[in-house]
Amino acid sequence: MIKILRVLAVCGMGLGSALLLKMNIEEVLKDAGIEAKVETADIAIARGPGVDLIVTSLGLAPQLGDVSAKIVTIHSFFDKNEMREKVLEALGIKD
Amino acid sequence: MAFITAFVRDILSQPAVLVGIATLIGLMALRKSASDVLTGTFKSVMGFLILVAGAITLIGSLDSLGPLLTEGFGIRGVIPNNEAIVALAQDVLGPETALIMVFGFVANILYARFTPLKYIFLTGHHTFYMACLLSAVLGTAGLSGAVLVIVGSLILGALMVLMPAWADKVMQKITGGDEISLGHFGTLGYMASAYVGKLVGNPEDSIEDVKMPKGLGFLREPLVLTAIVMAIIFIITIIFAGITFTQELSGGQNAMVFAIIQGLTFAAGVAVVLVGVRMILAEIVPAFKGIADKIVPNAKPALDCPVVFPYAPTAVIVGFLSSFVAGIIGMLLLGPIGLVIIVPGLVPHFFCGATAGVFGNTTGGKRGAIIGAFVHGLIISLLPALLLPVLGALGFEGTTFGDADFGWVGIVLGYIARLFK
Repeated sequence: MIKILRVLAVCGMGLGSALLLKMNIEEVLKDAGIEAKVETADIAIARGPGVDLIVTSLGLAPQLGDVSAKIVTIHSFFDKNEMREKVLEALGIKD
Repeated sequence: MAFITAFVRDILSQPAVLVGIATLIGLMALRKSASDVLTGTFKSVMGFLILVAGAITLIGSLDSLGPLLTEGFGIRGVIPNNEAIVALAQDVLGPETALIMVFGFVANILYARFTPLKYIFLTGHHTFYMACLLSAVLGTAGLSGAVLVIVGSLILGALMVLMPAWADKVMQKITGGDEISLGHFGTLGYMASAYVGKLVGNPEDSIEDVKMPKGLGFLREPLVLTAIVMAIIFIITIIFAGITFTQELSGGQNAMVFAIIQGLTFAAGVAVVLVGVRMILAEIVPAFKGIADKIVPNAKPALDCPVVFPYAPTAVIVGFLSSFVAGIIGMLLLGPIGLVIIVPGLVPHFFCGATAGVFGNTTGGKRGAIIGAFVHGLIISLLPALLLPVLGALGFEGTTFGDADFGWVGIVLGYIARLFK
């Protein structure tokens, strides 16, 4: 059984910025040929179980607290290079 | 036969279905797999129904607050919260909202393609909320059917390119580049803040040079703040409304318990609405972007306001607080003057106040951030009050639209429409 990665894009209300993060994450993962389920969420959901990777913005990262998932903090919502570097690094994959 | 006609007519007037169809078309146009098209379409339909479920929760809480405010203060109180008013509106305006939103996307692409305003507005929930505002205002003005949808979509599409264009110069200063624009319907407030910042402030004296204490982390969770603030508002209100009246309303439940639970229930309702909106947008916005990228490849994405937050995180918190304080002052001033008090809406002051803070900081440093956001707070205390009369039946709910652009667009259109009557 191949386990599909579960990636959460997290922002304050789980609405606007999370969707932008999600779209960029999906592009990065598609280009790298990695299969994953990317969803948008707010912080409360992000703390739940079953999440492999959380991608969030600078302001919110401290709020996440102790989670088992790996956390990627993004500075710029539209810089695809930053997204690619950080996500691939977090997943342990060579760029 | 009559049954089939009735089926088609009724199902197409379900906004959930309309949104689903739009998603279906969008995903097919992008040649997604059959599995993706199926799940995407169902998710957006379900998202809508979840939104409606959240609305029901919200209504319960607001239906308690209304009478309490009237009993306690003698006048109507309204709490601006976009999610709440839009969720409430779906019952009556659902189909029109869905159609205006979908054709608004189309209009945006056309304006971007054929005019110099090359922006693609990707903040889906604001497109959705503005579509709702337009259906309410234009509907009250007397438009209906295809005319309502066409006029609404043309206006919505225009706003989707004009607002980002307006904020563009300041956005370039904030981001230090030309890659993104702001897609958020609070632009009047942000530009007012930027203007104030330019007048009174010193851009070299940035608020980011001031260190913020760590313990204020909870200020970054809008839903938690909404719950706390709403509970406080309920508690203050029951003190004025009196225990007897409150416990009649609560069916005997202890007044303080009632107040706390009702306040938290409001926030819970908003949370559910957001889950629904998220699901709707998760499929539609990428589809919209995919199509837009093909037709107007050199367009700038217009993004949600939090994209500016990383550039000035202290201005974010200061902007929110300053705007909120202005909101409280605005409420205390407006109450005695008007017939309706606008209770400060946590969510608009949080996101829009924060953005106003960043805009003010960019043009005017510390003073710009604080005073600019304060001015913003006053604007969003005044505009919702002026907006209520043109919303028709929707103006009698316990909540209304919060962000600045919903206010001025509604007011301007509403009064133009009155001239024609």
